[in-house]
Amino acid sequence: MASTRRRLLLSAALVLGASAVRAASFAEIRARASGQTVYFNHWGGSPEINDYIAWVAREVRSRFGIRLVSVKLSDTAEAVARVLAEKQAGKTSGGTVDLIWINGENFAAMKKNGLLFGPFVETLPNFALVDTVGKPTTLIDFTIPTEGYEAPWGMAQFVMLYDSARVPQPPRALPALRAWIERNPGRFTYPAPPDFIGSTFLKHLLYAAIDDPARLLAPPDPVRAEADTAGVWAWCDAVRPHLWRSGTTYPVNKEALHRLLDDAEVDFSMAFNPSEASNLILSGRLPPTVRSYVFEGGTIANTHFLAIPFNASAKEGAMVVVDFLLSPEAQARKADERIWGDPTVLDLAKLSPEDRARFDALPRGPATLPPEALAPALPEPHPAWMELLEAAWLARYGRG
Amino acid sequence: MSRFAALAVGLLVLLPTLAGLCGTLLPAFGLLPVLGFTEPSLEPWRRLFAAPGTGRALVLALLSGLGSTLLALLLSLAIAASTHGRAGEARLRALLPFLLALPHAAYAVAFAFLFAPSGLLVRLLAPALGLSRPPDLPTVNDPWAFSLTLALALRETPFLLFVLWAAADRAGLEHRLAAARCLGRDRVRAWLEIALPALWPSLRLPLLAVLAYGLSAVDMALVLGPTAPPVFSVLVLRWFTDPDLDRRLEASAGALLLVALAALAALCGRGLEAACIRLSRGRPWPVALARVADVAGRFAAVLLPALGLASGVVLLLWSLAGSWRFPAPWPAGFDLAGWRWAGATLPGPLLTTVALAAGCAIGALLLVVGLLERPRGGGRWVALLWLPLLLPPIGFVFGLQLVWILLGLDERPWLALLWAHLLFVLPYLRLVLAGPWAGFDPRLRAAARSLGARPRAVLARIVLPVLARPVLAALAVGVSVSAAQYLATLAATGGRVATLATETLALFAGGDRRRVAVAALVLAAVPLAAASAALFLPVPAERARRGGRR
Repeated sequence: MASTRRRLLLSAALVLGASAVRAASFAEIRARASGQTVYFNHWGGSPEINDYIAWVAREVRSRFGIRLVSVKLSDTAEAVARVLAEKQAGKTSGGTVDLIWINGENFAAMKKNGLLFGPFVETLPNFALVDTVGKPTTLIDFTIPTEGYEAPWGMAQFVMLYDSARVPQPPRALPALRAWIERNPGRFTYPAPPDFIGSTFLKHLLYAAIDDPARLLAPPDPVRAEADTAGVWAWCDAVRPHLWRSGTTYPVNKEALHRLLDDAEVDFSMAFNPSEASNLILSGRLPPTVRSYVFEGGTIANTHFLAIPFNASAKEGAMVVVDFLLSPEAQARKADERIWGDPTVLDLAKLSPEDRARFDALPRGPATLPPEALAPALPEPHPAWMELLEAAWLARYGRG
Repeated sequence: MSRFAALAVGLLVLLPTLAGLCGTLLPAFGLLPVLGFTEPSLEPWRRLFAAPGTGRALVLALLSGLGSTLLALLLSLAIAASTHGRAGEARLRALLPFLLALPHAAYAVAFAFLFAPSGLLVRLLAPALGLSRPPDLPTVNDPWAFSLTLALALRETPFLLFVLWAAADRAGLEHRLAAARCLGRDRVRAWLEIALPALWPSLRLPLLAVLAYGLSAVDMALVLGPTAPPVFSVLVLRWFTDPDLDRRLEASAGALLLVALAALAALCGRGLEAACIRLSRGRPWPVALARVADVAGRFAAVLLPALGLASGVVLLLWSLAGSWRFPAPWPAGFDLAGWRWAGATLPGPLLTTVALAAGCAIGALLLVVGLLERPRGGGRWVALLWLPLLLPPIGFVFGLQLVWILLGLDERPWLALLWAHLLFVLPYLRLVLAGPWAGFDPRLRAAARSLGARPRAVLARIVLPVLARPVLAALAVGVSVSAAQYLATLAATGGRVATLATETLALFAGGDRRRVAVAALVLAAVPLAAASAALFLPVPAERARRGGRR
């Protein structure tokens, strides 16, 4: 009884707190943010990204007096689960996660369960620079409207990587890829779904298989789902015996697949960042002969975001960090292939000449496709399709 | 002091373990109020068994868990029997603290670097076999988890050997073994017929601990295990961290199932043990079997340290390699990029790991000594101290998360972490110190007491100085157990506090082998340094004794 009342009081305080934040000008938010510690929960598997975040931590410390602590996750869902456990224990303030790098199903799960703080995005001064018209995925995350509960951070597009020394002419359509795999057994594989890249590869098979791609933007129709996905499984079944390790095991993620490509165990890899191949060549983790390409019909593009949990301890600090991450300076550094190579969410036309010069000066590596070669960009299907594909894949190939 | 220690152990170990188990039990039966599950139900179990891959993953868990336990048992028995009284035993005993100290994550990474199709072994053989690409053979991550089983067994063998030899030192078997040899038994059979039955009771609990660990070894399975489906514990971990939060229900059911499997396997083990005893009673060991044990044991006694050394070498090479593509047996160039990165990134996790391990080892030492100073070492119930080792960790560490939050410890992740590690460090320390304490000459104690010394003075001025070497060894074991904790660290802090173990496995997923190798080396360096210190630090009592002899 007493604990129920305390919980009510806490949530009332939270609501009041939230509206107060909205009313405050950003200068006030910045003043309150000074001295706060922001626990930034992010996927920590990439050294380049971790190094970039370490730079961000140094900058926000000297500029805004914020202590940014990088919490490296092997899966973003760990942070989601943690916020849930806190809600479960009635912890509606003073939470341990202040900022999450997020998109897709994790965002959908947090939004659905009321685990997010917001809407806060409109209050960020630098959000005005985001290209919401040219890059509609900055407002729609896997068909789910963001409604100000997450701020766009970077753009992504799926690309295939291949070693041009061993495969001079990579097959640019999925039927041709299937024929290539059958002719070259053991030299192709994909990460096991539910790994994100593995699932995205399946989504391309789905785009090729379905008669009307527009239907992918809505949840699957239970009656037609089987017919819609039949082509996906026909492709997978056909190539499976000819995959690496005869399809008895799959790499766990794209990093493991890159490693196989580096070791010449396979000839292809995949990435969700057009400059990832160049980046890996630069750091000596892929042979210099690796190049990237997109399928004939285009590849899936999306946006990744930053969100603040409903019970974050340092909401102001988190907002100031997000605003800094959206600044032309931070975005240009992030887009630099020598640093990370993550495409910007900003509209270059909205920038001052000096800021645009930062982007114009960025070099493009040997394996990075020019923006015009990336077209057309396909939208992400509704998350329910991904769940359907993952479950069906596991049922077919995950039983061993 | 000692009553306080007994109470503290109860509160510190039993209560949270049981509470953690409850935190798994309730969601497993449909109770997870925050997600709107308020009615008890069997739905989580239905979903668990309907999930794709569950059946196969369970079979894999049993294969790797039981297989590795059995293999480690056979290997350790064969080594102890075959090297008994030979130079091999002294050599391996001297190396054992280092083999014991190698953390699981570092061992798994080195194992993969050595034996993967593109690993060092195949590279060395590539010119002879005419290979220009790695063979398409599942030597690691194989669908039946053989590589995981083998690596687990090799990693756990030194632990069982340690237990065996510690028990043998206490049992004083030399006369009986000598008598058996006079009666015409060869060395190996004498050991199997005389020593094994005498040592077996000391081996039971450690074997169960190896089994529980093997059934839910997430850290090694992430590196070496199969992927489609993975072993059951990895599947459960995946559900615990799935974005679809409802999955926590089947995750909890799965974690509970692992606990039940461990209990069932323990019962079957008891049955098997009884059957073996009945079958073998009064019968001599078959000569052929003893010969096999002899050959296998002597081979394994060389293999274990050789693998340890090879692990160190391959990690060191990768940590310094510039570019190192298959089939080059040697890196094309060396650079210090990995170590420069480590210099900028790892001091934090290193400091955390060291501080945590030292704090845990010292805290656990105080508690265990307090317990051992009690009459009968604190009584029979102290056996319950083993509980955290006998339960598969995944069965209660996620339930613990809830306990920490309820106690407000999530805001003090350090305390939660220290506590979580203590659960695992305490039982090991008690295991290491029980022997030396039992073997302590009671006349020394009596003499001191009769001279008017209080119990605390006896402890400080007589017992601890005499037992300084085992106490140092126990501290080193505490450090290595704490440094190796992966799952408990992840669950206790949600990854907010990075240790070298969590850093190594996060890096392994990310793929840069040079940085993985550096992190694994630094991770291994902590317990190895502690083990060396425990062996080589000068101890006053020994100096006095040596001086006296001169």
